[in-house]
Amino acid sequence: MTDTTPDAAMEMEQADCPVVVRNLLRTFGKKTALDRVNLSVPKGAVFGLVGENGAGKTTLIRHLLGLLRPESGRVRIFDMDPVEVPERVLARIGYLSEDRDLPNWARISELMRFTSSFYPTWDPVYAEELREMLQLDPDARVRNLSRGERAKAGLLIALAYRPELLILDEPSAGLDALVRRHILAAIIRTVADEGRTVIFSSHLLDEVERVADRIAMIDHGRIILSGPLDEVKAQHRLLTLQFAEPRKQLDLPGALFCEGTGRDWSVVSNGRLEELRAALVELHAEVVEERDPSLEEVFLARVRTTQHP
Amino acid sequence: MRIHVSPDNGVPIYMQIVSQLKYLVASGRLSPSDELPPIRTLAEQLLINPNTVARAYRELEQAGILISKRGSGTFVSDGGSPLARRERMRIVSERVDALLAEAHQLGIDTDELIQVIRKRDANMKPGPEERNSHD
Repeated sequence: MTDTTPDAAMEMEQADCPVVVRNLLRTFGKKTALDRVNLSVPKGAVFGLVGENGAGKTTLIRHLLGLLRPESGRVRIFDMDPVEVPERVLARIGYLSEDRDLPNWARISELMRFTSSFYPTWDPVYAEELREMLQLDPDARVRNLSRGERAKAGLLIALAYRPELLILDEPSAGLDALVRRHILAAIIRTVADEGRTVIFSSHLLDEVERVADRIAMIDHGRIILSGPLDEVKAQHRLLTLQFAEPRKQLDLPGALFCEGTGRDWSVVSNGRLEELRAALVELHAEVVEERDPSLEEVFLARVRTTQHP
Repeated sequence: MRIHVSPDNGVPIYMQIVSQLKYLVASGRLSPSDELPPIRTLAEQLLINPNTVARAYRELEQAGILISKRGSGTFVSDGGSPLARRERMRIVSERVDALLAEAHQLGIDTDELIQVIRKRDANMKPGPEERNSHD
């Protein structure tokens, strides 16, 4: 056996990555929900998982939590299999689900007491601090909470035992700006505490761009782009073009995606800039503006390219 | 200290912080030996990754605008660095351009404008006698 087997490579990588996913495959009936997904999340990272609704983000997260067993491939969390030893893995993960499934019968105070009994590391002082900061009434019943309050309650019980890994599934979906601020601040506080790691999925790309330092873009169950955010952005350029004559269509070598009408077009390049520039000279196109695209612009270019190759 | 960042304006977030802090220092709203918020505090305030703040601070330290003292925090460094002076000139030039444009639009030529500036400047500086009378 040599060091180059995938398993050996995986063990080596495991040392500083609390989350490692290898060749994860999952189908639901005829639909491939996850198509050989590979992912490593290093310790201390804020990892943003981006993709459209139904792209596979939640399915992937459910595998990380051991709620789904891999059809094939492997998932390792803190070097453990979350399906084999869920209690050992989940004790170290804080999780806010997309549907914020909380016990409706409980009051906030009961929810806190109830949750604390599952986690030896529950910090009652910190829990109380969080409750006050999030302005949750201890006597309020979960069933009567607004959408935003529900999210805040879910956040409280995901944070109060200071988990080593915080997983948030679409934490901002449907929430007002104030609650979203609380959630982003929680992500920042978590990662600022030495060595803690955050994974969050979102379709709000400006939020991902603010707080994530690594991202993976998922589309139809496939990771189409992943890496440090800076690198992902540096690999792309956005050019605004003006042509002498109106065009109906534009197809350029070195361009990932072209969009526009008439004389005005914009192009996202994925690094093959020389090739693209040469083509532009040939077409007598004037570059009106050139800059780094936002994550949203990269995402749209990538996704639309995959859908309409 | 007020800083605003916007993730999607094409300028990297750390650069937005760098240029705004440069501006605050150059315009005198941050003075030498003023303390900057800790990385974590500013990250939470701006809702951005702490590494991004750290990178901006590092960049400004290398430019001689900030100085970090181990264990006690990050401060505006003493003495205007050449870069700070260049930055000050840039800010003033921008204002002058705006003033010139407006003056020309109102039919006041550059020589006349310079006279106005001298006059206003003289008015703003109290003479020694005047200062005494205030004391």
